[in-house]
Amino acid sequence: MKFFWEARKVILLAVLIYLVLKAVFGFQLLSQYIEQITLFSFIVILTSLGLNVIYGYTGQFSLGHAAFYGIGAYVSAYLSKSLGVDGILGFMPVLFLSGVGAGLVGYLIGIPILRLRDDFLAIATLGFGTLVRVILDNSDRFSEVLGGSRGFVGIPRITNLELAFFVTVFLILVTRNIIFSRFGLFWRCVKNDELASQGIGINTSRMKLMAFSYGCFLAGIGGALYAHLYTFLHPSNFDILKSIDFLIIVIVGGMGSIVGTIYAGLIWVGFIEGLRIVLPAEMLDLRWVFIPLFLIALMMWRPYGLIRKGG
Amino acid sequence: MKALAIEGLEKGFGGVRAVDGISFSVEEGETVGIIGPNGAGKTTVFNLITGFYRPDRGKILFYDKNIAHLPPHKLPRLGIARTFQNLRLFGKLTVFENVLSAVLVRGGYNLLSAVFRSTDYFVTESKAEEKARKLIEFFNLTGKEDQAAENLPYGEQRRLELARALALEPKLLLVDEPGAGMNPIEIQGLVQTMNEVKRRFSLTIVIIEHQMGLVMNISDKIVVMDFGEKIAEGTPEQVKKDKKVIEAYLGEEPL
Repeated sequence: MKFFWEARKVILLAVLIYLVLKAVFGFQLLSQYIEQITLFSFIVILTSLGLNVIYGYTGQFSLGHAAFYGIGAYVSAYLSKSLGVDGILGFMPVLFLSGVGAGLVGYLIGIPILRLRDDFLAIATLGFGTLVRVILDNSDRFSEVLGGSRGFVGIPRITNLELAFFVTVFLILVTRNIIFSRFGLFWRCVKNDELASQGIGINTSRMKLMAFSYGCFLAGIGGALYAHLYTFLHPSNFDILKSIDFLIIVIVGGMGSIVGTIYAGLIWVGFIEGLRIVLPAEMLDLRWVFIPLFLIALMMWRPYGLIRKGG
Repeated sequence: MKALAIEGLEKGFGGVRAVDGISFSVEEGETVGIIGPNGAGKTTVFNLITGFYRPDRGKILFYDKNIAHLPPHKLPRLGIARTFQNLRLFGKLTVFENVLSAVLVRGGYNLLSAVFRSTDYFVTESKAEEKARKLIEFFNLTGKEDQAAENLPYGEQRRLELARALALEPKLLLVDEPGAGMNPIEIQGLVQTMNEVKRRFSLTIVIIEHQMGLVMNISDKIVVMDFGEKIAEGTPEQVKKDKKVIEAYLGEEPL
């Protein structure tokens, strides 16, 4: 198939990375904890990539990305628990459905709010994020399984290296193909100038909705992988602070750069979790001094992100 | 055959009647210039034709089809393209992408073809790229394909906007003040370009312009507007001698 042939170099590289990781983790050269955060970094990359499609490529500022990540996580956990799924094969449709679920919610909420611009859209998405958080906090009123503010417990651990890695690689390739097609071009046109886009016949509402739902779809997949990696969900993992994490990754990596998002995702997880290992326990809170300092320095020297020098 | 017919068009903003019952028509293949003092409502007429504003009253017939209430993105599909008064390029996109986007709007492959890179994708893309290259060449922008549009000099940005509009293969082209901010020599170049465009693409053109040297040179007919109304219409020669027109531009003769 052309899809795989075209991407052969990336796939080859991915397979090499996979083999190295497999060997490292297989022979237990690194602790289980490191394995866990490595898988988590793939999930973060995937979810941030979704926000990059929405914000970096299409220019729709969203402060509610973690809500869609959360929707994916809860939908998948609920499905796999109520259907008794415990293997990768059975999990694939659940994974896909959680992505579609998050994408669908994104589509429905996007119809009214994507008419808004810039800061107004930010407030609307912020409101939506808060709404989802409140619903998750009270979710035990709909179904006891969801756990409400006590958290969702007892999710089967299904996410492993193969699943997290290859799903992420596959979806990065899919995203790349969309970005380098007329649709990706139209997204960038919309970001540059909405009126001019309409002037050349681009249905801007449709393009914005498409980018938004696709970005939410990626967040949903990320959330589903997350749920089955940590086996425990808590509403506080999906609030505004989490949305800001994704936003920072997109900006650090560079708006509209896939490779940038990958690096930034790795650096972000590496920084937060890596410092946890390096720093002595009593200085752990200093992480929240180092990270903001790093961000300030980065914005001063490389305002367009790690990858690009100019706008 | 009439390409465009405007009938009793009205548009108000608050208390201001920006366009106050204007009517005129454009024959197929004709070039019509709209002139008038600042604030006469010329650009509002363009925005009404291209769907950016909705008229309060009146009809806009494009080949006998009323297009007065269509959203702007539907008009290029029907064959209407425009340029903007203060240039609306996709500044951060390259010159090539600016033109390519307009070529690719006119149909092509669907999302699945894009994701899985079907034959349809490759065929459409390569045809579109070839077409974009030809247009870039026609407008003398070859060699600048990979530059960000915002980095081009002003005159070239104007040409790029024309190239992008023509990539839509319009039947009717609306050009809003292409000569704004140009010196007499650049205007000469623009007259040449516009005449070449007319020769090469069989087009009906409506042009808003303040530079009389430009608009009198390329128009078959002139419509003069003042305070939202049409005060004169005719060939450039007729309009130049029209008393009302002279008054609108120079003020009334003292009694």
